[in-house]
Amino acid sequence: MVDRIAEIWGTRTPYPKDGLWPVRVDQALDATVTEGDVDRWVQSACVLCSNGCACDIAVKDGAMVGIRGRAGDLVNHGRLGPKGLFASWQGMSGKDRLTRPLIRENGRLIECDWDTAMDRITQRSRQLLEERGPLSHGFYTSGQLFLEEYYALAVLGKGGIGTPHMDGNTRLCTATAAAALKESFGADGQPGTYADIDSCDAIFLYGHNMAETQTVLWSRVLDRIAGPDRPRLVCVDPRDTEVAKYADVHLAVRPGTNLALMNALVREVLANGWADREYVRAHTLGLDELRAAVEPWTAEAAAAVCDVDAAGIREAARIFGTSSRVLSTVLQGFYQSAQATAASCQVNNLHLLRGLLGRPGCGILQMNGQPTAQNNRECGADGDLPGFRNWENPNHIAELAALWDVDPLTIPHWAPPTHAMQIFRYAEQGSIEFLWISATNPAVSMPELPRIRNILAKPGLFLVVQDLYLTETAQLADVVLPAAGWGEKTGTFTNANRTVHLSDKAVEPPGEARSDLDIFLDYARRMGFTTLRGEPLLPWAGPEEAFEAWKECSRGRPCDYTGITYDRLRGGSGIPWPCNTANPEGRERLYEDGIFPTDPDYCESYGHDLLTGATAGPEAFRAQAPGGRAILKAADYRPPHEEPDGRYPFRYTTGRTAYHFHTRTKTGRSRVLTSAAPTAWVEISPDDAGRLGIREGDLVKVTSRRGRIEVPARVSDIRNGTVFAPFHYGYWDQDGAPAEHPTAANELTITEWDPVSKQPVFKNAAVSVEKISDATGPAPAPTTTASRPAAAAGPRSIRPTAGGKDAEATERVGGSPPRFPDAVRRGPQGGTP
Amino acid sequence: MNLKIYLGMLRKAEQTLAESFRQVAAGHAAEPDVHFLCHTLATQCEEHSRLLLPVVQRYGEDPSDNEPERIHAEGLSATRQGPVGLLRDLQDLYLLASLVDVTWAMVKQAGSALRDRELLDVVSRCDGETAVQLRWLQTRMKQAAPQALVVAR
Repeated sequence: MVDRIAEIWGTRTPYPKDGLWPVRVDQALDATVTEGDVDRWVQSACVLCSNGCACDIAVKDGAMVGIRGRAGDLVNHGRLGPKGLFASWQGMSGKDRLTRPLIRENGRLIECDWDTAMDRITQRSRQLLEERGPLSHGFYTSGQLFLEEYYALAVLGKGGIGTPHMDGNTRLCTATAAAALKESFGADGQPGTYADIDSCDAIFLYGHNMAETQTVLWSRVLDRIAGPDRPRLVCVDPRDTEVAKYADVHLAVRPGTNLALMNALVREVLANGWADREYVRAHTLGLDELRAAVEPWTAEAAAAVCDVDAAGIREAARIFGTSSRVLSTVLQGFYQSAQATAASCQVNNLHLLRGLLGRPGCGILQMNGQPTAQNNRECGADGDLPGFRNWENPNHIAELAALWDVDPLTIPHWAPPTHAMQIFRYAEQGSIEFLWISATNPAVSMPELPRIRNILAKPGLFLVVQDLYLTETAQLADVVLPAAGWGEKTGTFTNANRTVHLSDKAVEPPGEARSDLDIFLDYARRMGFTTLRGEPLLPWAGPEEAFEAWKECSRGRPCDYTGITYDRLRGGSGIPWPCNTANPEGRERLYEDGIFPTDPDYCESYGHDLLTGATAGPEAFRAQAPGGRAILKAADYRPPHEEPDGRYPFRYTTGRTAYHFHTRTKTGRSRVLTSAAPTAWVEISPDDAGRLGIREGDLVKVTSRRGRIEVPARVSDIRNGTVFAPFHYGYWDQDGAPAEHPTAANELTITEWDPVSKQPVFKNAAVSVEKISDATGPAPAPTTTASRPAAAAGPRSIRPTAGGKDAEATERVGGSPPRFPDAVRRGPQGGTP
Repeated sequence: MNLKIYLGMLRKAEQTLAESFRQVAAGHAAEPDVHFLCHTLATQCEEHSRLLLPVVQRYGEDPSDNEPERIHAEGLSATRQGPVGLLRDLQDLYLLASLVDVTWAMVKQAGSALRDRELLDVVSRCDGETAVQLRWLQTRMKQAAPQALVVAR
């Protein structure tokens, strides 16, 4: 047994380059249950990060009592992380689950039946559609629902109502991944695969604290590091993360300066002749523009802006330029920072310049934050059109109209779909009067919370919230719908390396809770959305019919699901799309042939100017004659819009800890996870703390132009001049609203977004820090992660984070590891791992 | 040489556009993308004026040519409010930027006829940015127009 709170990544199973990652089956069961007591194991995949680990849910007496990883799955080879082991099932069984709909009467939420709640929704919806039209409606969804649910929402919103105001919290986590892929390659679609970790000589992690955000993926890296021929590691992160600890080069850049660094790396690769001229000539466009854009960015110039060592930049560039196989991964340190799309495109450019794509060990992973974010992008319940279709291409709109049998004019395509921040702005201004929020908690997760709370509480806004629990957002709703969640419904979802998993229903939802799919279908039925022929627009009885409908929508597009069935997904490994006649087992890597989806008739986007977000338009895009070549996009560096000054002298950045997900809706209901990271904190460097007279655990006030938090200080090895706060700590477990000492990191963040991806800037703001009162003990921050106490502090009496008996899990090492495509081909084997 | 008339017009138009971008940035601070980008683009315009200086020093500039101004492009004196106000302010910026754009085009024609490499270099550094300014304004206006014109109160 292993304490998986103390040992986040579990026991090492080292393996060599080009070896197969060994199998280690992780399992956690309720303390009162033994393996023999389990009635049945039900196949699923974990939804507590974007990694998408395949698992089986243990069921006893109709309840979820544990979980184990699936040995034969290509994604995790049996492993699970702490959140998956504990919160996945414990998070579903909180005593405060919503079991009946609620409606607001005289200012208070009271229980009612489904008919009453749905009537209230459809009444308001109909009235607004009649009086104000479809632009009065907005839908803000999640990265947590299943594919079938996003597709249903997309069809009812875009084909039924016809509103462009649909987005997901995927805008907060993954919009830049999609945007960068579209700009560089013409369409969304992850080029690489997790298996590239097995074969690479070097790994670059750009703003990606993989050790805490995707713990199982990091286990794979750790096992290569522990092997005989470890890959070199380059880490770009202002904090001393676990990744940084293992890095050959750690570039602890100033928040907001990523693009300066990236321009310098590209310049070094070009200047040293490390580019593959033949590949660049045959497979890319835009080298001259790229060269001109990076020309001013010598290592010294970038070093001055980023406040890192120029030699470190050169060394990182040398590792990139001279390793034969490089894997790059990118996440929120880039996506949620200034010039997000431009910086992320430069990662793509580095790989294009060296032709490091489509071969084992040569990959790009533009990561996602959430388990089903990819499906929202594919299905178009966010700011995309279903099947990676191009809103500027009339033929793509005609395809959708024909598929759904609706008037093409119904489908909004006169401008890009409205992004989340703009939806909230329209709600603020009162032109969106009906807002339906599913499975997300903007009252804690969006920037500048004082403003967001005001918008959600606006009397003129009819707010529907659909969730598992009465979240901070749900408390402000006019109608609250109790949703069935993971393990309580069937559906599919796709992880950050395109692998599609099926999650089967294991248990009944509590009370009257219903699946999000059932709720959307019910709304569509009640609203009477019909096709031109007069048939119901969403005629599906359940998830499998919705999946079959989605397959038709995906046919011929980059995310082609036509070769996948529910039956194929049962028993074996998840299947990476595209899966069709040309790729019957799916496809491990994209772009092996250097042919990219930039054909103007096929591409998902005609591209943007990276500085302003101006659309290029069809004519300009066609005129480039991309012909399947990738596009080397570039922009000059501009300083972030809010920089430190005399009043707010620190840079402020936010992020995750390994033990929690999002606003703790599930992880906060797992006792072991909550004890590991019970309440909020802020991290500050020893130098800065010393100067301000702050000691470990002191209560400090962190203030920005927008708000304040008051939390204990952890003196950590974060870079000087920068402070960090975890974004998990809202108020649902403390009366719902900020009290004397606010804790939500987004009280301070700025309302601003990347001009191309429209992803909010959570990782750069200017703040002041001051001590309020003396410590009553050390800060409640984990010691096992980037929040560990500063090394310079020496040994002190901070108890190491551990979980004890309740955090014990079994790890069974051994068995033959799955490999592509055999693992997919193997076919059904029943429900055993 | 009459080129100095156009150089004068161009510098004035860039300055007017820069001031108007800043005006809109201040007046629509509640639209963060407009706010921040208008500041960025104002700086671009000012840089264009600066880059033109050496050329102007060679040819001179005559902002007050003898031709009477038939339409006046004096920039935004104040910004409007609300969604339609934003749309109209962006549209005014679009008109001002169009004036800059077409003036660059004429200056480029003259620079070509004069085989003036220095002038042509300045044009090639600036006219692309003006074109992107126009495209951004159009992108942003097209996004804002349906909501402003159909449902805004």
